Amino acid sequence: MYSRKTIEEFTNPKNVGVIEDADGVGEVGSTVDGDVITMYVKVNDNVLTDVKFKTFGCVVAISTSTMVTQLAKGKTIDQALAISNEDVQEALGGLPEGKGKCSGFALDALRKAIEDFRNKQH
Amino acid sequence: MDSMKRIYMDHSATTAVDPLVMDAMLPYFTERFGNASSLHSFGQEAAEALSDSRSMVAESIGAREEEIIFTSGGTESDNIALQGVLSREAGKRQHIITSVIEHPAVLNTCSFLESAGHEVTYVPVNSEGIVDLGEVERAVRDNTVLISIMHANNEIGTIQPVKEIAGIAKENDLYLHTDAVQSVGKIPVDVNGLGVDMLSISSHKIHGPKGIGALYVREGITLDPVIFGGGHERGLRPGTENIPGIVGLAKAVSLARERLGADSAHMGKLRDSLISNVFGTISDVRLNGHPKQRLPNNANFSFKHVEGESLLMMLDMAGIAVSTGSACSSRSLHSSHVLTSIGLEPDYIHGSVRVSLGRENTMDEVDHLTGVLQETVAKLRQISSPGQC
Repeated sequence: MYSRKTIEEFTNPKNVGVIEDADGVGEVGSTVDGDVITMYVKVNDNVLTDVKFKTFGCVVAISTSTMVTQLAKGKTIDQALAISNEDVQEALGGLPEGKGKCSGFALDALRKAIEDFRNKQH
Repeated sequence: MDSMKRIYMDHSATTAVDPLVMDAMLPYFTERFGNASSLHSFGQEAAEALSDSRSMVAESIGAREEEIIFTSGGTESDNIALQGVLSREAGKRQHIITSVIEHPAVLNTCSFLESAGHEVTYVPVNSEGIVDLGEVERAVRDNTVLISIMHANNEIGTIQPVKEIAGIAKENDLYLHTDAVQSVGKIPVDVNGLGVDMLSISSHKIHGPKGIGALYVREGITLDPVIFGGGHERGLRPGTENIPGIVGLAKAVSLARERLGADSAHMGKLRDSLISNVFGTISDVRLNGHPKQRLPNNANFSFKHVEGESLLMMLDMAGIAVSTGSACSSRSLHSSHVLTSIGLEPDYIHGSVRVSLGRENTMDEVDHLTGVLQETVAKLRQISSPGQC
């Protein structure tokens, strides 16, 4: 059902945690509906120097969260915003049918965190 | 993974076929393969096995041989019972009473019947998953024909007051069907003691083969068939009889009855120990269903701030098979209709696991599960921590 890579990421997620002095925080979902993902970003000179997450959710929610942090970390903001749902799925070795849409959730959280950062700049 | 010992604790989903059941079935695949409708000796061997099996199944639930109809399983039994009554009563009474926590085999049949113009009342359950008798009584109308309430729930293991419901059915001249797929082999099931008119049984939940089940239909009740063909099974369930399956079902039911006392004591002891261990070692946990009025092999837990599928997958990676009431698709977690119906709090509703024990599970396995659960819940809470959100 799940790829070996997805299970590997789910079992040993990287970048789990909270950035206390985050420059941007993005949260999607609610515990009522399920799947809550919070992304924290630290930005230095337009580069995402640190990205962390906290996720309540299924295998896809957790594995895509950790994958998004790994794909975004070290990227410029524009490069991070260009990460697509397909990129995340490809990095995970594909997702089971019907689970594809879930992978966009972690990206939405990242984009909200970047938006929060940008809002704070103005 | 290959060398890891695997522990199966999902017996409400299905069970391994008992070797004695296998032994009973095997000759009917190769040596005694006749069609029970054939007049020659091969056919007569099969017909004899059919009759003996019917008698064994009947005896195990206090019924008479002629009151047992063999089906392909619990789902088909439920369909025949519900559709058979409604079809027979077409143009007369057309209202059914059922509960909100029935198995999809009943709920989806009710949905279909509603789409065909029949009426259905879904009575609620309390926070412990028990049907309110007053609600059943109040749901009765002039055109009610059937009550269908499960004997024991497949997810949270609650045992329904079927005998008391039978009293309501009798007072109002209604048929009563119960889905006993989860209760047969776990607690005593006697059709006369329960006072039911129809009762569904499945073989693979009690160490029999898959694809075979039975429907008890009290003598004097006539149902319309759901499928059409020859005159097998009193014309109610036509099709060449699955003799190996039927022999397997009969053996499984018979063994379950023989072992009921020992099995239920063993599983009940493991279940109580598991519940006590879990509550002793893990915080923020709920036991779903009634604390006492539940199947001896069922413990359904919900862990706050933990998602069921993630928990199930991590337990599976540790070699332990359980199931969950949580499903995820398209950005939304769906919890089971049963957990929703008992009004479980939002923080708990997505984090359920059902542990359903079997006769071969041991106390060591229960202790191992407790330890793994403790570690896994802690790990997932560390990842999720919604309090931070």
